[in-house]
Amino acid sequence: MAATQEEIVAGLAEIVNEIAGIPTEDVQLDKSFTDDLDVDSLSMVEVVVAAEERFDVKIPDEDVKTLKTVGDAADYILKHQS
Amino acid sequence: MSKIKPSKGSPYARILGVGGYRPARVVPNEVILETIDSSDEWIRSRSGIRTRHWANDEETVSAMSLEAAGKALAAAGIAAEQVGAVVVSTVSHFEQTPAVATEIAAKLGTDRAAAFDISAGCAGFGYALTLAKGMVVEGSAEYVVVIGVERLSDLTDLEDRATAFLFGDGAGAVVVGPSDEPGIGPTVWGSEGDKSDVIKQTVSWNRYRVGDLDELPLDSAGRVKFPAITQEGQTVFRWAVFEMAKVAQQALDAAGIGPDELDVFIPHQANERIIDSLFKTLKLPETVTVARDVRTTGNTSAASIPLAMDRLMETGEAKSGDTALVIGFGAGLAYAATVVTLP
Repeated sequence: MAATQEEIVAGLAEIVNEIAGIPTEDVQLDKSFTDDLDVDSLSMVEVVVAAEERFDVKIPDEDVKTLKTVGDAADYILKHQS
Repeated sequence: MSKIKPSKGSPYARILGVGGYRPARVVPNEVILETIDSSDEWIRSRSGIRTRHWANDEETVSAMSLEAAGKALAAAGIAAEQVGAVVVSTVSHFEQTPAVATEIAAKLGTDRAAAFDISAGCAGFGYALTLAKGMVVEGSAEYVVVIGVERLSDLTDLEDRATAFLFGDGAGAVVVGPSDEPGIGPTVWGSEGDKSDVIKQTVSWNRYRVGDLDELPLDSAGRVKFPAITQEGQTVFRWAVFEMAKVAQQALDAAGIGPDELDVFIPHQANERIIDSLFKTLKLPETVTVARDVRTTGNTSAASIPLAMDRLMETGEAKSGDTALVIGFGAGLAYAATVVTLP
């Protein structure tokens, strides 16, 4: 069963909390991973790999660079989940 | 058909001694910040590196190797004349011919030991160790000196803010010899050449031939830049953590070592963030001692694992007889992992 956008954002919030220690309530659609959430380029890779496993989706390295905000990531996963 | 007599080796091999050499000059992040726009805090948070050692003109690849190998032989209690082979892994010895291993074998005082260099980047120590084990077990050498040595400061672009702080110089060596018990487990190794552009040399030496000089990259002062090592950080990080965790697990499984039986984890000292994530992904118990030599030594490619092993034994964090998982990974992309008993 494909996840809804709401479920994806909740999932991303848990992942970002686990990896970067950011409170889950701070992880909102309009938040930038690097500027607002203190997720640097290496932590972003960990977030992406965890999201791949959780949502059964492949996010290649060249696409990771396009995911600036939580909303970008949620939309990407929504579109590409199998 | 004539019958060929087979060679006679030892049933098993093990590491008998380890030694390291770190150049005298310690280079703090402040020096790196003279040529890149960054900060000590940024460098530490991205890499864990506080200082690294840079070699001077006298601390050549050969000279550093001799120091490390001499210490390893002394620790092993093996005389140079007993050494049957010297294997050197390096990517930063700038004379292609002859192999630097031959000079080292002679200066060590070996009795005409077989000597050769290999190139496998940051996986080089594991590759050379595997060759050494094979030689001891097969019987072509009773004792083998394995050296990982680099002068990566010669291959560093000090104006590249993504890599200027990463690399260091040094040599690490081990002596491999016969054993009644297995002291070096099965090697899980391989290469992924389809990803070879992820870590590479910026410019081929061929471009430096007279006639092509106009097209070479220049530094901010207008001087021709030497080749340097460059990498795609995020791609390397993902491969080094998540693909290499699988390889490390395979090496543990192949050696029949469960997480609770492991004492020490010595991954290639590329970056402390990779080390942390690998440790987490592998789900190793907190009781396992983790090598973090990268903090004060930087990334020394083929030298990093024996240098880290030497440091752990010197400080007493690891002791003789401990079971250690070693894994090297880097340019190629080549990798090698195995489980060893510490000397």
